[in-house]
Order: sequence, then C-alpha cells, then structure tokens
Amino acid sequence: MWTHRHLLGIEDLSADDVDAVLDHADTWFERSRGTERKAALLKGRTIINLFFESSTRTRTSFEAAGKRLGADVVNVSSSGSSVSKGETLLDTAKNLEAMRADALVVRHSSSGAPAFLAGRVSCAIVNAGDGAHEHPTQALLDAFTIRRAKGRLDGLVVAICGDITRSRVARSNAILLGKKGAKVRLTGPRTMLPTAAETLGSSVTVLPRLEAAIEGADVVMMLRIQNERFADGGRGSAVPPMSTTREYARTFGLNAAKLASAKPDAIVMHPGPINRGVELDPYVADGERSVILDQVEAGVAVRMAVLELLLAPRAA
Amino acid sequence: MQDVLVFRRVRAVDPARGLDAEIDVVVEGKLITRAGPRAADDLLGVGVAPDRVRVFEVPGALLLPGLVDLHAHLREPGQEYKEDIASGLAAAAAGGFTDVCAMPNTSPVNDTRAVTELLVHKARAVGGTRLHPIAAITVGQRGDTLTEMADLKEGGAVALSDDGRCVTRSDVMRRALEYASTFDLPIIQHAEDHALTAGAEMHEGAVATRLGLRGWPRVAEDVIVARDVLLAEYVRAKYHVAHVSTMGSVRILREAKSRGISVTAEVTPHHLLLTDQKLIGYDTACKVNPPLRETEDLVALREALADGTIDCIATDHAPHSPLEKDCELSEASPGMIGLELCLPLMLGLVEKGTLPMARVIDALTRAPARVVGLGAPTIAEGAPANLVLVDPNRAWKVEAERLRTKSKNTPFMGQTMKGMVLATIAGGAIAFDVEAKGR
Repeated sequence: MWTHRHLLGIEDLSADDVDAVLDHADTWFERSRGTERKAALLKGRTIINLFFESSTRTRTSFEAAGKRLGADVVNVSSSGSSVSKGETLLDTAKNLEAMRADALVVRHSSSGAPAFLAGRVSCAIVNAGDGAHEHPTQALLDAFTIRRAKGRLDGLVVAICGDITRSRVARSNAILLGKKGAKVRLTGPRTMLPTAAETLGSSVTVLPRLEAAIEGADVVMMLRIQNERFADGGRGSAVPPMSTTREYARTFGLNAAKLASAKPDAIVMHPGPINRGVELDPYVADGERSVILDQVEAGVAVRMAVLELLLAPRAA
Repeated sequence: MQDVLVFRRVRAVDPARGLDAEIDVVVEGKLITRAGPRAADDLLGVGVAPDRVRVFEVPGALLLPGLVDLHAHLREPGQEYKEDIASGLAAAAAGGFTDVCAMPNTSPVNDTRAVTELLVHKARAVGGTRLHPIAAITVGQRGDTLTEMADLKEGGAVALSDDGRCVTRSDVMRRALEYASTFDLPIIQHAEDHALTAGAEMHEGAVATRLGLRGWPRVAEDVIVARDVLLAEYVRAKYHVAHVSTMGSVRILREAKSRGISVTAEVTPHHLLLTDQKLIGYDTACKVNPPLRETEDLVALREALADGTIDCIATDHAPHSPLEKDCELSEASPGMIGLELCLPLMLGLVEKGTLPMARVIDALTRAPARVVGLGAPTIAEGAPANLVLVDPNRAWKVEAERLRTKSKNTPFMGQTMKGMVLATIAGGAIAFDVEAKGR
C-alpha cells in the first residue's frame, strides 16, 4: 500500500513500494507503445517542473509523463525565473504552491533541497535529482529496465562504475538494488569512491578495479564523468579526481574487451548523457548489449507511475 | 538600594581553591567580603541595614565563579540583525558568563584598534557581563598581512584569531606567533586546511556519503594542529586551538603537552554532545564549523577534557537568523547559539557521571581566564565578586521567547534543560537575575 506524499529518495521506500511503482509502470509502458497514449487520470491537476540544474532527459520525461496522464505541466528553470533575481528556494516554491500546484518536481544542486521543501509546502514534492544525494526516478527506471531484460532483480550482480562520490544515480541505485536483493559492486578510482561507500546499500562491495567489478556481472551500469561537478560550483576542490580523460577511458572506461568478462547476456546501462569515448566506448554504447535507450523509454512510464501513485485518487 | 548580596547555604564549587562545600558568601561593593560556613549568620547584627541586603537562598543551589567564554560571535558591528553587543551580553549573563571574548569576524573585521575600542566602549555602556575583544591576526582575516598587535592590545584585545578562517600559510603563522608573543598575546587558531574542506557541508564519513553531502575530513583539522604545534614549539609562543573536534587533534595536543609545549585548547558543548548523525534530515541548525563528528571523536574529546588535554569549554556562540538557516543545507551558514545552553548542557554531563564537576567548572572559569590573561575568577574573601548561582535541579524548556540572544538557531530548541542560572554577578553587580521582570 503506497502511503507516501512525496518521493524524496529510494531510502524512504520499501521493497513493496518499489514493486508498486514498477507494476504500475508496466501498464503505462505498454500503453505508451500504442497509438492512444493519453489518459485522463490527472486531468485538471497541475505539475510544475522546477529545475535548478540543466536537464533534457529528465525534464522532458517528467513533462511527457504528466501530459500523458492528462495533467497540465509547467516548466520553470533557474535561468529566466526569479531565482536569478535572488529569490530564495523556499519563496519560489511557496509562490508556485500558491498557484495551486499539485506537485513540484524539483531538481537542485543542493543535496536535501527537496526534503527541505517537503517540510514546508503542502503539495507533493518529487525529487528529480538533488546534489549528490538521490535521483529516485532514475533508479526506478533502471530497475524497471533490468526487470524487463532479466525478469527479476533478486540475485543479480550489478556493477556500478565511475564517479560514485558525486553520483546521485549511484546512490539511489545502490539503495534500491540492495532492497530488492541484488548484489551491488561499486568501482572507480579511489578519488571517486566516497568514505564508507560499502554502507550505501545492504549488499554493496567496493572494488578498486573495473575488471574485477564487471567480472561475471549481469548488469554493467556506467556513470557519466561529470567534469562540471569537479569544481563543485566553484566551491569545491580545485584538484580534479582524475588525471586525463584518456587515462580514465583506458582504466575505467568500458569497451568490448572488458565487457567480455561479464556474463554473456549482461546488459550495459548508462543514465545519460554519454561521454562517448570516455566512460563508454561507442561500439558498446550502440551495441546489442546496450539498453540505454530502453532506459529512456522506461523513464516516461516509471514517472507516470510515480505521479499516479502520488496524485491520483486512490483506486488501487 | 540593595548593595549587599548574600548567598546562604549554597554549594560553592571553586576548583581554583579546591573548594566544594556548603558555605555562605557575602558580596559588598565589588568584592566578596565573606566566604565560609555560616559566614552570613551575623551579618545583620553588625550594622547592615536589612533593606540593603539581597538574600539568595535556594536549597541545593550551586555557587560558581563567574564563567568565562573564550569564543563568542556577538556580530556587532555589521550583523546586528543576528546579535548585538547588548543582546549578546544579556544572553551571556543569562548563561552564567561574567566575561565573554568576542571573535573578530564582524563587518568590518576587528583588525584595528578603532574597532576594538568601539567594542570595549559599547560593552561598558551596556554593563553587566564584560566583553573582551579578540582581534584579527591578519588584516581583513585574509591570511597574509599581520595586524597592529601592539595597538590592538592597548585598545583592549586579549588575544588574536582569524576565527572562521584558518591561518593556512606557514610563514604567516610563524610570524604571527612570534610577533604576538612579543606583546604577550595568544594566537587562537581556527584549525582548518581550507584546501581540504572546499565546499564542505558536514563531517566526511558514512553519513555524508549517505546524504550526498560534501565532506570536511578530520585530517583537515589535524594537519593544521600538528603544524602549528611544531611552529609554537620552535618559536616558543602561546598557541591555543579553537573548537577542537577530532580525535586526531586530541592525540597531537596530548603529545605536545607531554613535551611541555605552550599549547592550550577548547571544546564546545555541541562537539561533546552531538554527532554527525544529527545531520540526517538536513537540519541546518546542526551545520557548524568544524562539523559535528562521530562517536569516537566525541569520546576522545570527553576524555581529553577530563584529563586536561583540552583545557577549556567554549561556546562558539554563533547566532544566525532565518536568512542564513531557513534554506537548503549547502546555502546555510555554519554555527549554533550556545551562551544560554552551555552550562545546563555541561551540568548534564556532570550529573551523568561523564565528567567530574571540578574539571568542568575549571574548564569554564580558571582555564579560559588563564588563556587570555584575565584574573582567574574565584570564590574567596577579598576576590572580585564574579559569581553565578545555579539551581542544578530546576528544569526549563528551550523556547525562542525565553532566550535572550536575538537568534534562535539551535538543535536543542524544544528540549528540556536541567540546571537553571538564577543569578549572575559581574564585578559585584547583578548582571542577570532570573526573578527580575522583563524576561
């Protein structure tokens, strides 16, 4: 039974909650493949995408999800809004709430920003990525994609490779996969592995080498090298956590030769956008093992399921 | 007019004299005139008119020497919306402090004699608890050019610190220690290698990893303390570490003291009581600098305070308004208020048996007074009357309206404290009286 008013992180969800999202998403997934994609479930509702960081995939995906459920969707981004005039996050959110928004879909560079708002506004808050904390809908759509490809999550070995320290995708996935009984391996150079990374999920191991992490894996999830986060918005370390992209590609990038040590039917995932030739060789990105575009397709269905569970009159 | 204060049957604790006994204490004018068992019994028989006498007699009450805080941010000049000298000193008095050292990170920074003198004059006009300015080590706290330390001392500064900023350059720190020691001023270091803490939001550990917050590693404090101890030893200068937060610093300080280096240190109540677990939920009230750490640090800090490796307890009273705190964690300013909560929190640790009473009181009175060269407050006949009367059994709830500081940023809000300050006497005058109107 879904009881949440907000979706702030996978950490707040039970394994049953995850199943509820994925099961609902199944329906929307099939429906989205048909010609009549639009439902009236959220007709008359207003969803505001409040994005303080640039996003193409996630924002469009939430917009499509809301519209396919019949809601009115408004997009607000930090440039071109009062945010650039110095309004506080809380004031911006309260003003949007006053316009009778039913949900705010929030992306923010500050970890905990959606949780901060959830305690202070009455509409639903959906975390669309907060700092290096969580990106719950990404983990849900990844789980959906894995479940469709493998038929299950339980018992799978999932390697998550890259900059774990700065990745909200890694956190949400490690937590979700742990809750669903998958074994998670985290890998990256030590500069990209946070303190006590093994505590991120219930069955996480940390391995210092990509080769060791992907050996025998069912799923290889590559993370984007986020050069823009190395500077941490001008406040962070000026020393990047890697030497050159060339060396990164050689040591922690995925190519066909390295992928050969994973299970023969292993799938390759990436949350996008891809740095081709850095963390992911183009032949692998476009190869038959890649489910990267399946992830994107799943994203709309999963976000429809989330919005339905949060906003629709309780039917199920 | 009541100019004779009588404390009857109080438990007087004064570690400076090894005193812990039920006695009477009489204050006349600026001095303690009597202190001893039943010393006030015959007072009225020796020609003192009854209407001149104010008697404090509360069963179970503690009488302590006036508390000295080495580390408070009173925000004036420049940020009077958070605190000003009057409200800060009122909060200090309500917390049992008779002497408060004010950190220089105001606007403008207290890096000139003019600002130091302004603070002294304003505080004198307010009266009650006394303010002792700590001036900046470097101009603008920018870490490169030394301030006019001789002038600052003549203006009333008791110590030097760039608190909030660390003096990271070794050459500047060496010169600062040498130059300050010329004028017998201690250097108080905010030990933080900023290059290791850029963008930090909390302690670097498992909780930060889980919350996705940028970490402030212990080692950023430890490397500075280690270097400074070596510099202080080399140039033979007085060095004091502000708000020690790590077990590593404790180890370095213990070793330094064992070799006889002139180093002292302070710890805050919040670092003795709270850990990084409090950040779960992103409560900005728990964002402090240095950050709340882990249980093993808390244990090491308590041990170090108990054995004297850490000399003093200091509040790091850091008032902030909702402008700095009612926001996302990354944007929030670090700091929490402490002046009115320090003594009850510390008495709580005494009551639990975690720390001995005498050491805690010493760490709040004589030890900090020594660091900045103030006369040590003591309960003795002929001594200046700097006293605080506390009812250790009286409970009170931390509520915004009740606090005298202008700012309300504390994670202890809503909690019940045990131990209430009843009166604070600074230089023979009542600086705080819980029974006075206008609370």
